[in-house]
Amino acid sequence: MTSRSYTLGLVFTLLGLMVMAVGHYQGLFVAPPEAMMGDVGRIFYVHVSTAINAMVFYLFAFVAAVVSLWGGRRAWDATTTALVEVGFVLNALLLVQGSLWARPTWGVYWTWDPRLTTSAVMAAAYFVVLLLRRLIDQPARRSMATAVATIIAFVDVPIVYFSVKWWNSLHQPMSSGKTIDSPMLVPLAISFAGTFLLGVGITVLRWRTETAHLASEAQAPDLPEVPTPLDFDIQHDRA
Amino acid sequence: MSVHPGPPADASAPPAMLPLVRPADQGLGELLRELGTGLATVVQKDLLVEWRARAQLVALLGFSVVVLLLFSFAVGPDSNVLARHAGGYLWLALLLASTLLLARSLQVEVESGALESLLLAPVRAPAIFYGKAMANTVLLVIVAAVALPVDLALTGAQIQQLPPVLLAIVLGAAGIAAPGTFYAALTARVAGRQLLLPLLLFPLIVPALLASVKATSLSMAGDPMGQLPSWLALLACFDVIYWSLCGLLFEKVVET
Repeated sequence: MTSRSYTLGLVFTLLGLMVMAVGHYQGLFVAPPEAMMGDVGRIFYVHVSTAINAMVFYLFAFVAAVVSLWGGRRAWDATTTALVEVGFVLNALLLVQGSLWARPTWGVYWTWDPRLTTSAVMAAAYFVVLLLRRLIDQPARRSMATAVATIIAFVDVPIVYFSVKWWNSLHQPMSSGKTIDSPMLVPLAISFAGTFLLGVGITVLRWRTETAHLASEAQAPDLPEVPTPLDFDIQHDRA
Repeated sequence: MSVHPGPPADASAPPAMLPLVRPADQGLGELLRELGTGLATVVQKDLLVEWRARAQLVALLGFSVVVLLLFSFAVGPDSNVLARHAGGYLWLALLLASTLLLARSLQVEVESGALESLLLAPVRAPAIFYGKAMANTVLLVIVAAVALPVDLALTGAQIQQLPPVLLAIVLGAAGIAAPGTFYAALTARVAGRQLLLPLLLFPLIVPALLASVKATSLSMAGDPMGQLPSWLALLACFDVIYWSLCGLLFEKVVET
């Protein structure tokens, strides 16, 4: 049973890496240089596919969180966690790539452009989801807290997505099929598919380890309660 | 008054909590009346608790004033710069004070198992959430009522239009209170909650903070471009989204 998920995850991961290699080869060597930015513009293929995939995985995580919260199965808790983790990694990469791209094009690594800012806020929101998860011991409460925080963090995603329209900003208008010429659209589509497959593969592998972790935890005997160093409690007042 | 279902046969389920779905023989009017009564009771209770422990509220007011003083020290004595950012200082002071206020508001419930008693009273979960969120909004407005004059005095900023500032304070306080009350409930039993609550809260209220600061600053510095209504509208939208979303999810938080 579990070895099947391992194989599946591995297949998706390797497939994703191969497709990504093809897409990035196309983006780096085959596609024409960008008219205004020249070769610097080639990061576009990486950046846009990372951005869309981050959104896609956050969307999946939202759906998994809703199912986990109202369905209450342990498998969905693990799914939510795996998806949030993959989404967060993509989100973090997005910020790094954006900074690398911004330096030669805008002259700075970071601007307080609303879209950049909201991307960073989004990363912070999902980071705290993962942090919250590590700090709760009781499985039912942890599963609930993960799902709830994921759902609320997801409300931030549309704000990120539409912030370009809401505020006037320095960020170039969002790319779509209409604004990209076809020699550039093909490598983008391949890169996107590669990143997506890789993300799915890692999600499956991570889901597998998380499920095993939750199962082992459920079987382990309860430890006696030990106060954690982080717990500076109000109860001190009562002594 | 209410139709009470009695404890369910399944022992693992929480005992006598009212179901989310209203029983068939309970009219909608009756349900609303029940929610309204619960909500009013919770608001009254929270404000009373705050009043009985008013030394803590005074400490909170002192805290927000000290934060405002610190901003002046960090920026330096340039009164032009200070006046230009007076709106931002006010909201950061309120935000920092709110995390202390919100954590305590749920702490008193969890410490002695009061939340369970409240649920068994029985008060429905949404009534508890909205009651506590409203009480916290009121308390934040009280903090703002003290912090605003201090802010104006320290920075030398002046208010051109008073009504939008008051509206921004009420809407902004509500925008902080709803997600804040919600996350305080979520983290009330978690180790390290004093760190977690601000970490959870701050990313989410960025839009509300932005809109509140903009609206406050525009009403202080004057609004030649007529942007004030749209910032206030954005703030109101944010409030609606988070008040409904948090109200919807609160039931899950208290029953787990």
